[in-house]
Amino acid sequence: MQRSTMDLWVGIFVIAGIGALLVLAFKVGNLGTYSASDSYTVTGSFENIGGLKVRAPVKSAGVVVGRVTDIQFSTDTFDAQVIMSIDSRYQFPKDTFASILTSGLIGEQYIGLAAGGDEALLKSGDKIMKTNSALVLEEMIGRFLFNKASEGDGKEKADAD
Amino acid sequence: MALDALVEIRDLNFSYGERPILKGINMDMHRGQVIAIMGGSGSGKTTLLRLIGGAVRPSSGYVKLEGNVVHKLTRDELFRIRRKMSMLFQFGALFTDLSVFDNVAFQMREHTDLPDPMIRDLVLMKLQAVGLRGAHDLMPAQLSGGMARRVALARSIALDPVLIMYDEPFTGLDPISLTVIGNLIRRLTDALGMTSVVVTHDVQESLKIVDYVYFIADGVIAAHGTPSEVRESVAPFVHQFVHGEEDGPVTFHYPAQAYARDLRLENSFA
Amino acid sequence: MPRRIVIGIRGVGHRVIDSVWRLGYASRFFLLTMLKSGTSLRRFGLIIREVYFTGVLSLIIILVSGLFVGMVLGLQGYETLQRYGAESAVGTMVALSLLRELGPVVAALLFASRAGSAITAEIGLMKATEQLAAMEMMAVDPIARVVAPRFWAGVISMPLLAALFSAVGVFGGYLVAVVLIGVDEGSFWSQMQDAVDFRYDIVNGVIKTCVFGVAVTAIAVFEGYDASPTAEGVSGATTRTVVTSSLAILGLDFVLTSFMFRGMS
Repeated sequence: MQRSTMDLWVGIFVIAGIGALLVLAFKVGNLGTYSASDSYTVTGSFENIGGLKVRAPVKSAGVVVGRVTDIQFSTDTFDAQVIMSIDSRYQFPKDTFASILTSGLIGEQYIGLAAGGDEALLKSGDKIMKTNSALVLEEMIGRFLFNKASEGDGKEKADAD
Repeated sequence: MALDALVEIRDLNFSYGERPILKGINMDMHRGQVIAIMGGSGSGKTTLLRLIGGAVRPSSGYVKLEGNVVHKLTRDELFRIRRKMSMLFQFGALFTDLSVFDNVAFQMREHTDLPDPMIRDLVLMKLQAVGLRGAHDLMPAQLSGGMARRVALARSIALDPVLIMYDEPFTGLDPISLTVIGNLIRRLTDALGMTSVVVTHDVQESLKIVDYVYFIADGVIAAHGTPSEVRESVAPFVHQFVHGEEDGPVTFHYPAQAYARDLRLENSFA
Repeated sequence: MPRRIVIGIRGVGHRVIDSVWRLGYASRFFLLTMLKSGTSLRRFGLIIREVYFTGVLSLIIILVSGLFVGMVLGLQGYETLQRYGAESAVGTMVALSLLRELGPVVAALLFASRAGSAITAEIGLMKATEQLAAMEMMAVDPIARVVAPRFWAGVISMPLLAALFSAVGVFGGYLVAVVLIGVDEGSFWSQMQDAVDFRYDIVNGVIKTCVFGVAVTAIAVFEGYDASPTAEGVSGATTRTVVTSSLAILGLDFVLTSFMFRGMS
């Protein structure tokens, strides 16, 4: 094989390979839409995070604005500290409300941010004060049964009187 | 012969583990000579070449090349001295992924900074010397056995060595190629003033071209002399070897216990 | 009876010593290859030549396999996900399977059997036909001239091949799910981009392929260089390359996965 043809093929191969990597990064991955370099971190404490996982999306009005970067358990307050990194393009007021929501019936859990009305904005390292825990199915069912049972109790008592 | 030898071998011993291969070899090889080393298969001829080339270390004794003890050289010194010698392997050992031209140019490109046009001229000259200038853009797979051997010969003289070793250069060649290779070895040795060491068991062909012959049997030099001395020799081993007789000092049978005993005939008489 | 036990134990011991010796020999060889890579990295033409033989000549099998693996993933993923009404997640499934596991592992397995075996056979044959010995006698180090360029060519080619495999695979999944079955194109890509993280999924996948590339080519060049110089020796070494490197790929994949995706779904 001629040396120059070989060089040509190797050149095509290397460019195609790097091109494939770029396609994977921008078209398949989220490098184009979200980058960790220009972002700020805020913390929120939740009584119960349910099935929330690291890297879960943080959404506001359905738009992905950031990701969960770390989840820790605090032994001081006995609740979960969720650290999220939010794209610097999106600024939120200090009294923003964070809640753990589920996409669809069996979908993954994410954090939904609802903006408040405060003039001051959240800065890196701030703590979100208003949070709403995840809905845990077992707890809901338990509460429902408990309510039913206590309703029943009330009726019986009423009947006896 | 009074001049100091190019290659000087003294009391050379070599063994693979417990098994001795060479025992007390002494040889002198001079410039301009073609020297044949003959012996049966497995007599340690190829090992001797490997010792001269520094590929293996002797158990005792030494090989001196131009006054340097080969096995005492560092790897860099050995590599430097190897540029002055070359070896023709049994089947040529051409680099199968390179063309004939690139095979011959290989050492020039690896070891020199010669410009491409000069390398081209040198390669064509070397190929002309073996009569294959027209085949320079063929691949080794397209060559016949004799042609491959000639290309390998051109490759081994690429850097004008002072010593060439040939490991069985005549094996598997037709009579014409055999004569061609034999004459080439003689002609190139005379023209370049180098020393050729030919390991072979092709007695008739090599006696035509060599200056001196060593016979090795069982790891020792069984006989040595000029071709005419060898032809006349009455020493039983040399006679058997030169004339290719089946039985003699080298027996037909591998050592064994008595035949009758092996077949358990003795017991039946008891 | 005790004699037979002693012989058995001795056999085990012999085998252990043998494999430890071989492992040490292989490590030493690997180290030598690294040390002598300077020359071949300086003469990059040698590596380009070998990239052609290991990389470019593996392209066809990698591209075709990638396309089919992606298409099968698209079909099977759709089959399963549509039961839960989540068929738009098929893109996510195809992309994550390919980037995290199938891309690196299947591409490396194909690479081992296509390029790894070729490297072993080539070096083994060069040894059997005394080409390596001839090189040594010409004062050219075969490890620097023959082994190192092939090693680096393999290390360069492997990640590129795996990236192509994954990219073509995603395209295959797209063909089946969107073009053939009719999953919504927008949600196919947006769900995929939502779920695939650059650092977490893509960079980890590339790290895997680099490790596999080093492992496969190191095994291939060692087996070739270590082959006994006969026809059986070379064919045995070629088989060993494919078997050993396949096992190494799967074993390393487990180790790497357990480090990279610890505690994740």
